[in-house]
Amino acid sequence: MTTIVLDPTAGSVTDLVPRAKRLQSLDGAVVGLLDISKARGNVFLDRVTERLIEHGATVNRYRKPTFAKLAPLDLRQEIASQCDAVIEALAD
Amino acid sequence: MEAPFDRGWSDGLPVIPPTEARVLRMLDGTSRDAQDIVAAVPPNLIEATVEQVAINAVMAGCKPEYFPIVLAAVEAACRDVFNLHGLLATTYFSGPVIIVNGPIGQRIGMNSDGNVFGQGNRANMTIGRALQLVTRNLGGGKPGEVDMAVQGSSSKVGLSFAEREYDSPFDSLATERGLDPDTDALTLFAGAGPIPIIDQISRTPESLARSFAAVLANLGHPKLIIGFDAMLVVSPEHGRVFADAGWDKARLRAELNELLTLDGDNLIRGAGGIAEGVPEGFAGTKLPKFRDGGLQIVHAGGNAGLFSSILGGWVGGATGSEPVTVPIGPWA
Repeated sequence: MTTIVLDPTAGSVTDLVPRAKRLQSLDGAVVGLLDISKARGNVFLDRVTERLIEHGATVNRYRKPTFAKLAPLDLRQEIASQCDAVIEALAD
Repeated sequence: MEAPFDRGWSDGLPVIPPTEARVLRMLDGTSRDAQDIVAAVPPNLIEATVEQVAINAVMAGCKPEYFPIVLAAVEAACRDVFNLHGLLATTYFSGPVIIVNGPIGQRIGMNSDGNVFGQGNRANMTIGRALQLVTRNLGGGKPGEVDMAVQGSSSKVGLSFAEREYDSPFDSLATERGLDPDTDALTLFAGAGPIPIIDQISRTPESLARSFAAVLANLGHPKLIIGFDAMLVVSPEHGRVFADAGWDKARLRAELNELLTLDGDNLIRGAGGIAEGVPEGFAGTKLPKFRDGGLQIVHAGGNAGLFSSILGGWVGGATGSEPVTVPIGPWA
């Protein structure tokens, strides 16, 4: 016997979003570092900044108001408009 | 029975197949139109209709008379201040806990008494699960994807219960949070637990409050403060100690606030040989364990047993999750 059931997902949760294009080189690129505001994240990101600069990148630093929430839309748009790539990072 | 598992619709337990007939019966539990939008469900912010929530409520095992609570819970959980996206995504233990107040709890047979956090009651076992399935199937939040809990807890499966109001020494949670007594209401709280509190000796409110404070002070870590909320669940036998002495909730909370004002010297990093703690700059100060408004108190449990408990909260307030209290009536 066949039982017909209704779809609980609305068919909308399997959409795949393609990844952004990878950078070919860091030399001359603007890289954003997004600190999610966990303790000592700045220590980790300071070191990442040093390494990126060694590879010729310009580094912009950003910070979420709280690690427990999404980055505000304005901040995401600011990063997207100013950077060629972004690294979201945390450290405990 | 296997098809929902194969399609990723199940939380690991079997689900009731959501046939059209079952979904229509669920929709009889509300006067709202099947195509009404309930909320945009995180993390994917999918606008969920009453019918789509009904499908998931059927799968969870709900009866139609539970459905207004499920709808109210979905709407409340999806408010920005509750921050369901963050709560789902966190590595911490918490999930959405649903506390029901008002006559609806007894009317539909919810458990507020013995084994209140345990098995054995259909409404308690399925209402929270329905919210979880909505988050999973409509919002798209699944373990190992957006949900990054390191160990998780039963509240992530679904945790709902009614407050024991009929002999409570306290104003109900919903009343304290601004709704009229006898209003059917629910509160969403980001929590996990229960964490036991044992005190079988105290017969004065002062002594019992000290026991509560001693366990609350250790919540998460004895040297960490303010960031994480809590819900104290006072059992009837413990509640009677406060009632007999004429203590209401405000009196108990005032006592706990005083007892939970801690010496910064004991909390700073390195104190007690423990690296964890607050920055050294707090030495010499007094610090509260909980933020203002970060400790909820409710009454629940069976008649016998000198045990109470804590539902440990998540990051509280504007930086995390604020409890949300709503009337259920608009969804009936």
